[in-house]
Amino acid sequence: MPGLRALLPVYVALLALLATTLGASYLPLGGWSPVVSTAVALAKAALIAGFFMELRLEGAALRLAVFAGLFMCAILLVMSSVDPLTR
Amino acid sequence: MSALSKTSEDGSIIGLEHEPAGETRHERESYLRAGHTLRSWLLTTDHKRIALLYLVSVTFFFFIGGLAAAIMRVDLLTPEADLLTNEGYNRAFTLHGVIMVWFFLIPSIPNVFGNFLIPLMIGARDLAFPRLNLLSWYIYWLGGLFTLWVLVSGGVDTGWTFYTPLSSMFAQGNVVMAATAVFIVGFSSILTGLNFIVTIHTMRAPGMHWGRLPLFVWSHYATSVILVLATPVLTVTLALIAAERLFGLGIFDPALGGDPLLYQHLFWFYSHPAVYIMVLPGLAVVSELVAAAARKPVFGYWFVAYSSIAIAAIGFLVWAHHMFVSGMSMYAGAVFSFLSLVVAVPSGIKVYNWTATLWKGHISLDPPFLFAMGFIGLFVVGGLTGLILAMLAVDVHVHDTYFVVAHFHYIMVGGTVSAYFGALHFWWPKMTGRLYPVFWGRVTAVMIFVGFNLTFFPQFILGFLGMPRRYHVYDQQFQVLHVLSSTGATILGFAYLFPLIYLLYALRHGTPASANPWDVTGLEWTVPSPPPKHNFERIPLVTRKPYDYEVEKEEQS
Amino acid sequence: MSRAAASPPLVPPAKQEHDATLFGMGIFLASEFLLFGGLFTILVFYRIVHGHEVVEASKELHLWIGALNTVVLLTSSLAAALAAKSAKDGDQRLTQRLLLAAAALGAVFLVIKAGEYSLEYGDGMLPVPGGGGQLVEPLSRLFMNIYLVATGLHAVHLTIGIGLFVFTAFRIWHRSIRLPQDQLSIVVPTLYWHLVDIVWIFLYPALYLQR
Repeated sequence: MPGLRALLPVYVALLALLATTLGASYLPLGGWSPVVSTAVALAKAALIAGFFMELRLEGAALRLAVFAGLFMCAILLVMSSVDPLTR
Repeated sequence: MSALSKTSEDGSIIGLEHEPAGETRHERESYLRAGHTLRSWLLTTDHKRIALLYLVSVTFFFFIGGLAAAIMRVDLLTPEADLLTNEGYNRAFTLHGVIMVWFFLIPSIPNVFGNFLIPLMIGARDLAFPRLNLLSWYIYWLGGLFTLWVLVSGGVDTGWTFYTPLSSMFAQGNVVMAATAVFIVGFSSILTGLNFIVTIHTMRAPGMHWGRLPLFVWSHYATSVILVLATPVLTVTLALIAAERLFGLGIFDPALGGDPLLYQHLFWFYSHPAVYIMVLPGLAVVSELVAAAARKPVFGYWFVAYSSIAIAAIGFLVWAHHMFVSGMSMYAGAVFSFLSLVVAVPSGIKVYNWTATLWKGHISLDPPFLFAMGFIGLFVVGGLTGLILAMLAVDVHVHDTYFVVAHFHYIMVGGTVSAYFGALHFWWPKMTGRLYPVFWGRVTAVMIFVGFNLTFFPQFILGFLGMPRRYHVYDQQFQVLHVLSSTGATILGFAYLFPLIYLLYALRHGTPASANPWDVTGLEWTVPSPPPKHNFERIPLVTRKPYDYEVEKEEQS
Repeated sequence: MSRAAASPPLVPPAKQEHDATLFGMGIFLASEFLLFGGLFTILVFYRIVHGHEVVEASKELHLWIGALNTVVLLTSSLAAALAAKSAKDGDQRLTQRLLLAAAALGAVFLVIKAGEYSLEYGDGMLPVPGGGGQLVEPLSRLFMNIYLVATGLHAVHLTIGIGLFVFTAFRIWHRSIRLPQDQLSIVVPTLYWHLVDIVWIFLYPALYLQR
């Protein structure tokens, strides 16, 4: 099957990251737990975007659009956290 | 040198009444005559025809929203509740807000003039996704039908903001239906924004690089970015209100430990940028009109272009200034107050650059340019009072008073609606191929400016004296100012009706327009009026900057 | 600005259409991120305000069922990515099979999800009529409300994705899509599929793994 050789390692890496985040949820990480699980999720999303969606091969405009969406999500999350964090 | 003397060369003098003119050759070959059946309009994918469909649609909703405002202004003539009941008044201002925001202001300039002009301005034959463009109009009308249903089924009483827990638990009106209407029309916005961004990126004519784009296109680009990135948040938030009312899935429900302030954060994450969705297209129009009025290149092209992008970007970071007295953390208040002051900088740059453009220009006082001058004045007042409101301490005093009402009407109505009428008077000859009586255009422009100020300036004073918004029973001392305001609203109402008469009259009896009746630059003026079906016979090759006016030597010294 | 001698377009229209379609899809994906971004904001906000209660409520979810579903969805994404690759190679038969495989895995996800809902319903943990008996703590009900809305919205997206894949496979069979010329008709639905997968990748820790 074309591409399987290239994509299978990515798939294995995704499963490994899933195992990581599951395992981490059993560790007493305290406040670091959300940080770890978010970092793992970002890594998985980056693998899918880069290799499955092949964003690394497509034009800059497409990457810019997807990046703008993610960036604006980050703005929404960070700026709306200012209020509850400082109450 | 005015537009008049130039256009007289080809015998079409603006404003001069002729016998009803027959159909011209350009009209026969134009997009207007490319099919006469209703089907050829309702299934069209021509961006120019869709623009006209939108023009008719937003005009319809403008007058419905205006009617709600008129009823309110009549009710406010006296301090007692004599025309409307309390509940009726709540429903009138909610409907006014919902219709004007989502069914007039947001689609008005982008969907009518953006649709018509962006392909013409960048040298393309249509938008990137013509069928998506038509779909967006149908979605708009689906949302519109829900709104009309809300109207006839008794209305909704939450205010256009749908604040929880009022909307989710206590409101009596048809909240779910109103939220559905706004939910649906949001998809129309997203499709339009998506279409514009892709068109501007991929469809520019050869030689039309970013530095040669008219500023109209830059501002619409910024608007589209907001449309695409902010609207989905409103969509999901309204869906949550519906889930709470229909299925009891309380997510903002205080009884479950939910936080109504969270609703406000999500709502304003969309709705503050939405203010820029409404005003950036107005800025787009005025940038064009100012250059055309002064017959000079726009002063500081890149500053004006990037200020649009800056407004869109910073506009995402200021939303919580609507929540200063909501019980939000005071540190968040300070952060958002500071950021709100920052967003005034790019707006100030624009006003400064327009003024510099007009300086020593041959300023034409034809109708579109009068609207543009009016816009600048009203936008400055609206913007400066915005600074006052952005300051945390002052806002505590005037929050939820008529001061706020006056402020945002100066931006939305004084600004955007003036720009909308300016655009209508500027591009009407291009869109329809006919000139309209200039005299009546000037009368309308002056009446709108006067009527507007008379309506809303007293409201600044009312608010400063402590008259809260959304009340129709008020203290005796406020009556004089309210009567002044209602008088102004009457003038404003007539001024809005005039163009309907003389523009429609011009459609049949107006003098045929030349390709470039104002003698200005821009690709849209190089094609016949009205444009042929596919815009350009041959795709143009762009070799020069926009606003490439010859500035006369003797004026320079 | 000038109307000087017209020249043939510098960009060939096919390339232009290709770029426009993919770019438009990218913008659509960005706006979908923001749609779910609203839900993530709610989760983050309540995690900050009611940290302890949110963690306790999250521990009630069946995290191993969620993990199994993550594996199913990641596998379906692999199949979708392979479908896009084989579409570019012009292998119609293989593309069609891979699309149907991905759609079937999507259906498996929905079946498992439905089973999970019915388990929760049986335990009195699902905030639907007759199902929320055990949700006595207000905040655990609040959390389950968010859980139901977020997973429900994700399931709606997945259902649309399954429909798209089945329809696309049908169009290959019907020969209204020819490969590799019409590869965009395959690539665009797979991009959507990957988006739905990415949303789940974030939803899973945000709902099941709050600790």
